[in-house]
Amino acid sequence: MTGEFRDVAIVAFAQTDHRRRTDELSEVEMLMPVLHEVLERTGLATADIGFTCSGSSDYLAGRAFSFTMALDGVGAWPPISESHVEMDGAWALYEAWVKLQTGEADTALVYSYGKSSPGSVRDVLTRQLDPYYLAPLWPDSVALAALQAQALIDAGDTDEPALAGVAARSRDAARANSHAQIGGSVPQGDYVVRPLRTGDCPPIGDGAAAVVLAAGERARELCGRPAWIRGIDHRIEPHSLGVRDLTDSPSTRLAAERAGAFARPVDTAELHAPFTSQEVVLRKALRLGDDVTVNPSGGALAANPVMAAGLIRLGEAAARVHRGASDRAFAHATSGPCLQQNLVAVLEGDPR
Amino acid sequence: MSNAPRPSGKEPVAVVGIGQTKHVAARRDVSIAGLVREAARRALLDAELTWADIDAVVIGKAPDFFEGVMMPELYLADALGAVGKPMLRVHTAGSVGGSTALVAANLVAGRVHGTVLTLAFEKQSESNAMWGLSLPVPFQQPLLAGAGGFFAPHIRAYMRRTGAPDTVGSLVAYKDRRNALKNPFAHLHEHDITLEKVQAAPMLWDPVRYSETCPSSDGACAMILTDRAGAARAPRPPAWMHGGAMRSEPTMFAGKDFVSPQAGKDCAADVYRQAGITDPRREIDAVEMYVPFSWYEPMWLENLGFAAEGEGWKLTESGVTELDGDLPVNMSGGVLSANPIGASGMIRFAEAALQVRGQAGEHQVAGARRALGHAYGGGSQFFSMWLVGTEPPTT
Amino acid sequence: MTEVLSAPLVVEFPFTRSLGPVQSAFLTGLRERTVLGVRTADGKVLVPPVEYDPGTAEELRDLVKVAATGTVTTWAWNPGPRRGQPLDTAFAWVLVRLDGADTALLHALDAPGPDAVRTGMRVRVRWAAERTGAITDIACFEPYEEGEATGHQITAHSGEFGGETAVTGIVAPARLDYTYSPGRAQSQYIHALSGRRTVGERCPSCRKVYVPPRGACPTCGVATAEQVEVGPRGTVTTFCIVNIKAKGLDIEVPYVYGHIALDGADLALHGRIGGIPYDQVRMGLRVEPVWTDGGRYPDHYRPTGEPDADYDTYKELL
Repeated sequence: MTGEFRDVAIVAFAQTDHRRRTDELSEVEMLMPVLHEVLERTGLATADIGFTCSGSSDYLAGRAFSFTMALDGVGAWPPISESHVEMDGAWALYEAWVKLQTGEADTALVYSYGKSSPGSVRDVLTRQLDPYYLAPLWPDSVALAALQAQALIDAGDTDEPALAGVAARSRDAARANSHAQIGGSVPQGDYVVRPLRTGDCPPIGDGAAAVVLAAGERARELCGRPAWIRGIDHRIEPHSLGVRDLTDSPSTRLAAERAGAFARPVDTAELHAPFTSQEVVLRKALRLGDDVTVNPSGGALAANPVMAAGLIRLGEAAARVHRGASDRAFAHATSGPCLQQNLVAVLEGDPR
Repeated sequence: MSNAPRPSGKEPVAVVGIGQTKHVAARRDVSIAGLVREAARRALLDAELTWADIDAVVIGKAPDFFEGVMMPELYLADALGAVGKPMLRVHTAGSVGGSTALVAANLVAGRVHGTVLTLAFEKQSESNAMWGLSLPVPFQQPLLAGAGGFFAPHIRAYMRRTGAPDTVGSLVAYKDRRNALKNPFAHLHEHDITLEKVQAAPMLWDPVRYSETCPSSDGACAMILTDRAGAARAPRPPAWMHGGAMRSEPTMFAGKDFVSPQAGKDCAADVYRQAGITDPRREIDAVEMYVPFSWYEPMWLENLGFAAEGEGWKLTESGVTELDGDLPVNMSGGVLSANPIGASGMIRFAEAALQVRGQAGEHQVAGARRALGHAYGGGSQFFSMWLVGTEPPTT
Repeated sequence: MTEVLSAPLVVEFPFTRSLGPVQSAFLTGLRERTVLGVRTADGKVLVPPVEYDPGTAEELRDLVKVAATGTVTTWAWNPGPRRGQPLDTAFAWVLVRLDGADTALLHALDAPGPDAVRTGMRVRVRWAAERTGAITDIACFEPYEEGEATGHQITAHSGEFGGETAVTGIVAPARLDYTYSPGRAQSQYIHALSGRRTVGERCPSCRKVYVPPRGACPTCGVATAEQVEVGPRGTVTTFCIVNIKAKGLDIEVPYVYGHIALDGADLALHGRIGGIPYDQVRMGLRVEPVWTDGGRYPDHYRPTGEPDADYDTYKELL
């Protein structure tokens, strides 16, 4: 894709400390400090931003139009060019990237937030399923991931000790991430839905994240080492689990191909794998070898604010490029049951 | 994706396929998938394309609580031929149908994809919109007056500000319902409509009469957007996009003008700038605007720059906005005649495109060369608009 | 800082879903103890039958009957069933490929424990005693060790069941329980209301006073914190007369729903206007709150008897 698209980079990233509950904060009260921080990093004000896009879910909040109040934190006055996706913020970033491709804007503010604490997220996510054949059975998100994990075990792609290894590595990495909700030595615990144990599942919590995108020279003005988006693409699969091969993620592979991911090796991958078993699938689809640092932030196993966790993967990968810890990285986001929909971005820093 | 050097500027965007369902109170014969599929199939037939010709799908709808399906695009991927393709889901409240079309248009304008299916829908009969809009959130003051009660005080403020006679609202409803008789897809077909009947309807939220409110509908609308190469292959004349914009302002704030929100003015100004329009009243031939309560026609006429402040009602009163008037507004019958909420904005955009393609049938405005599609939502905080024309854009 | 409020929020509705022809045939079939699939153009049989081919997006209408026995393709042991799930004791979630089908159906398997479940095991449908035409007409699956896979005995099916009324819709009740917390600013506002005081917050940047406060000044995008008591009197900026009874509200119509700019506030809040005939309410009317015991908000606002406010004093608050 290089050369075909306008050069656009992630130039700043900020996130909350992710926590189990944030009862003392409304959504906008939780989000606003993150917006301030990400703008401060670039020296930009709301009025300097060409396009704003956010991602969130009414079902998570339990209220219709919940995103309209979050907009209060942006300071949308005078009126701004703005849009919203009812998806993870990674797709809001994609919409903003497209907007920058049209040349109508040179900078974009992207944010997303999610509070899982008010509801029972396992049950809430059942409402994503086919409303005729699946939703009436209330199969929760852990149950669906466990079906996928067992398929992987049956196929010989992994086993319980290997899954425990993914969990341990992620939580160990999260020690270095001050925003993580859990880290360090976390027991694998009992089965939640066998074969998945507590340790194989993401923590439930609240959080928000924001990034700033900028095009061309503007990116270099705003950031010492911009994380250039060399490619970005997303693909969706059939909805029904029973027609998919749960041990594979063809949509991730296709998105990666379209994003030019396999042209050169990467040093880092931030994968949006809320369950340990899903990392196994994604590593296979993205052909990641042991020489690639996977989820140095701890990934969604260390903090999983639903609707923001995908955008955080893009932000974490970009932040490593910004500080010179990575030269070329994958960032991945997912949506839907058992990795139904996947987004892959390739980020690069200028040669040092 | 070719290796050719990237051309400068935006790729022109053409509408080559349009499809909608017959909007009705309840489509009990189809699933949600069946409903969206019907509109998508009609758009493909219009464009003489197949599912394989579509590179990406952009879908929009209003709150998920209306159908009780969270992120329904996940379940709808199969029905919309999106498997193996990118699929985006937009939600910007009532303006969403318009915003969804603009996100799809940007995919073409930014040369990310060549041909995109965009679709918006609402199947209101699955639940009850007032339930979805008034969930029992603790500590909050109960909604005292329903949906019309939210807008009626702003209409009174408009009447006070402009001195408009209280007959104007009925004129809009009478016009739109008559226009709807010429549109086979409209929900309301009131064959025996008279101005007297409109005026005799009960006042629900004074100054809003029952006859001046929108229905609750099941429906979907779809469009196929494509690039210059796609337009060259199109079997029927395309509508070309000459400008498109979204603007948002906060929900409620000190100094907000609910009668003529700044975001609406700014959005229209951006679209006119892109399209090279300096005198919208003379240069635009037809308008499809989002009028859920009749009085919003004169209000938006001012907000969109078709009339000076305080003068919008005079255009309505003098018949300028009639189908055979000088500036026809809501030739399709508008939201007053069909309101599948999430789709209503896209229907405005699609009806504007039908006009400049000369495909509007009985409600065609003769010789329409430039038409505006307008949508708004979220208590007059989100706006999206596009301007389409018969000729490709020159810049 | 005052205690942050929280309270239960129940989001519950019985959704009425129409089915379309394929789903109608499948659910009618379940009611009649028959499992239908749908055949794709390339001969694959999809169970449960979907309306559109996941691979090609083509419409599917070619119904076939498959067996009520099948093979587990993957499973997951659920030790703690949750509300709404098919069984209320520990069970296995399973994907089952029914004999004759090429795809798998998700449901529950009743088994004594995880050791009794494995991929590849044979199962059969346990029908619900009372069937209505819903996916729950399959109560669950149960082990069926005696039955080997007996080829692919599929037969074409019209989707009709001998004069029995077809199921064309389902009612899908859904309940989700949330605990709602309005956050810091709104909690403080609501606490003040309990003392019959209306306390807004001033923006440190534009100095506007927000009532109710929402934690952020929406035009400046900064936190509001400075507490400012406003009212109790205010001006009706605009209103409508409500002639339609609002659901769940015990108010006689007609009544007046007004926008009221409390003295000192920079935007109007909403309330009912009473203590005056509905047709005498006017823009500019001066009002004050009327509280009732136990009410969190003023019951309504009534005229103060002051002269009406001049239009110019409130036109910016409209």
